[in-house]
Amino acid sequence: MAASRGLCFGLARLGARMGRSRPPLTHRRGVSSCIDPSHGLTEEQKEFQKVAFDFAANEMAPHMAEWDQKELFPVETMRRAAQLGFGGIYVQPDVGGSGLSRLDTSVIFEALSTGCVSTTAYISIHNMCVWMIDTFGSAEQREKFCPDLCLMEKFASYCLTEPGSGSDAASLSTSAQLKGDHYILNGSKAFISGGGDTDVYVVMCRTGGKGPKGISCLVVEKGTPGLNFGKKEMKMGWNSQPTRAVIFEDCAVPVANRLGMEGQGFNIAMRGLNGGRINIASCSLGAAHACVQLARDHLLVRKQFGETLSNNQFLQFKLAEMATKLVASRLLVRQAATALQENRSDAASLCAMAKLFATDECFSICNQALQMHGGYGYLKDYAVQQFVRDIRVHQILEGTNEVMRMIVSRNLLSEI
Amino acid sequence: MSGRVLVGVKRVIDYAVKIRVKPDHSGVVTEGVKHSMNPFCEIAVEEAVKMKEKKLIKEVVVVSCGPQQVQETIRTALAMGADRGIHVEVLAKDYESLGPLQVSKIMAALAKKEEAQLIILGKQAIDGDCNQTGQMTAALLDWSQGTFASEVTLEGGQVKVVREIDGGLETIKINTPAVLTADLRLNTPRYATLPNIMKAKKKKIANVKPVDLGVELTSKLEVLRVDEPPQRQAGVKVETVDDLVGKLKEAGRI
Repeated sequence: MAASRGLCFGLARLGARMGRSRPPLTHRRGVSSCIDPSHGLTEEQKEFQKVAFDFAANEMAPHMAEWDQKELFPVETMRRAAQLGFGGIYVQPDVGGSGLSRLDTSVIFEALSTGCVSTTAYISIHNMCVWMIDTFGSAEQREKFCPDLCLMEKFASYCLTEPGSGSDAASLSTSAQLKGDHYILNGSKAFISGGGDTDVYVVMCRTGGKGPKGISCLVVEKGTPGLNFGKKEMKMGWNSQPTRAVIFEDCAVPVANRLGMEGQGFNIAMRGLNGGRINIASCSLGAAHACVQLARDHLLVRKQFGETLSNNQFLQFKLAEMATKLVASRLLVRQAATALQENRSDAASLCAMAKLFATDECFSICNQALQMHGGYGYLKDYAVQQFVRDIRVHQILEGTNEVMRMIVSRNLLSEI
Repeated sequence: MSGRVLVGVKRVIDYAVKIRVKPDHSGVVTEGVKHSMNPFCEIAVEEAVKMKEKKLIKEVVVVSCGPQQVQETIRTALAMGADRGIHVEVLAKDYESLGPLQVSKIMAALAKKEEAQLIILGKQAIDGDCNQTGQMTAALLDWSQGTFASEVTLEGGQVKVVREIDGGLETIKINTPAVLTADLRLNTPRYATLPNIMKAKKKKIANVKPVDLGVELTSKLEVLRVDEPPQRQAGVKVETVDDLVGKLKEAGRI
């Protein structure tokens, strides 16, 4: 029976459906383990997760190394993902979104990330932008932008950071002067994911006085005169998405493109980031999950001192610690997602805690998985180094882990 | 013409899982093991859904026989685009001995009840590898059969089927009603989309018992023992062609 399965089923089918002959990471053992990410999910969530895992294994994992090495922005693959509903996961269905919860979203991004962290992270940033337009936009703005974005006919970028304002985001200086029915933008944004290749830019800029209350949110479309881009940055990871400075030189943007009220921009940006932090943390979870499995498989195969590494107690214990930290991170991220969905009062703090904890722990997990591979872990032939390089930046963007500590401590120490 | 297609789907151990034989050699370990829809059944569902999208047929009804868990498999088919499901309840102890003959009797009874014009099945299941259910169902119904289909075209009251056979590809034209069994290259099954997974929740799955269909489940087959295939032995190197012929004769191969 076991032999005939391979013969009859044939590698042709496996070849057609999957770019490589190795089965998807989660499925090989068959019996679910303590780190199985489907534990505790509803039947429906398990279905979403399965589609995401299958898509990651078949459409992303076979290409993740090439996308990284050649710095390719996989537009067609992302559009295929959008066909399945991954372009606007928590966007409302009336404008083309899938209308799912933050927890469903976390589960999906975690699964997709096992196929390629960089691409999944970009998809999550795109999702965040579409959500902002969906939530704060007028009926006209939602109709105009969301349907194309949900299908990834058009791609979006989130523009908050500037050369002079990173963690101190509220001090941003890109100005937007009102002239008739247009705002004239001057200034520049730094480190913009997708910058130069995307179509819709959600830009936080200063329409009023200093501080957060003077900031508004404008949607700027590619091709607007005065919208320029810097050189493509060369990065340690996240190479399947281009990163560029976005430069505004007397760039005229219609007032009709403003999301929400003047002075509401900072709030919109931060509301977007709460979800963005869960998404990024979820991407880290996926990478760590993949790396724990890679490490496990390596320990069962590699022999030194006359036996497989899996017989070495230090490595057994190390693997157990990695698994424990992974599950702990996952629980915190999922709890934060639920809190955000329910609009709980602790949602923002929990999102910050989840981002802080999960990105730090998961980086450590991936790094240890690399160490367990020995010299092989350092070679680009092995996926583990790409997971390490790709998730390193998750501890920095969408609010550095230092800023996450600021948010949490403020919540604990405020007198209110 | 009812425009209704019946698709049979089977819940099997996932193709990627390493199979282990039970210590008592009565079967393979299924408890706690990952299961999914038989890959050839996925192809069958895809073909039916494609026919519906082309408006060649009106309704896709998906059927699975087994205990409670097969409902997951039916839901997956609904998420791929099937309209409704039928769960033929078979208790765990009867499921052990459920084979192609019993399933084909069930499918035949359902086809009559549902007034189906086509039945599409996978060519075989990756656990039993029997490759019998489609053929038996056609015989019980006295319907045409187009098995190992790698291409299917509906033409009025007939079906043109390109079959994968040992000699290559064979094209036949058969009358409906017919039973088709899907081979590997018939199509590439779609991923379920998020909206379709949510829509599938609202689609109906009816529960039916074999006794209601007049089908008796007792099997005349008894599994005596299940063993792993023998471990692959090391080969022997020979120096000349004469040595090779000699060795083959010794082993009784020629």
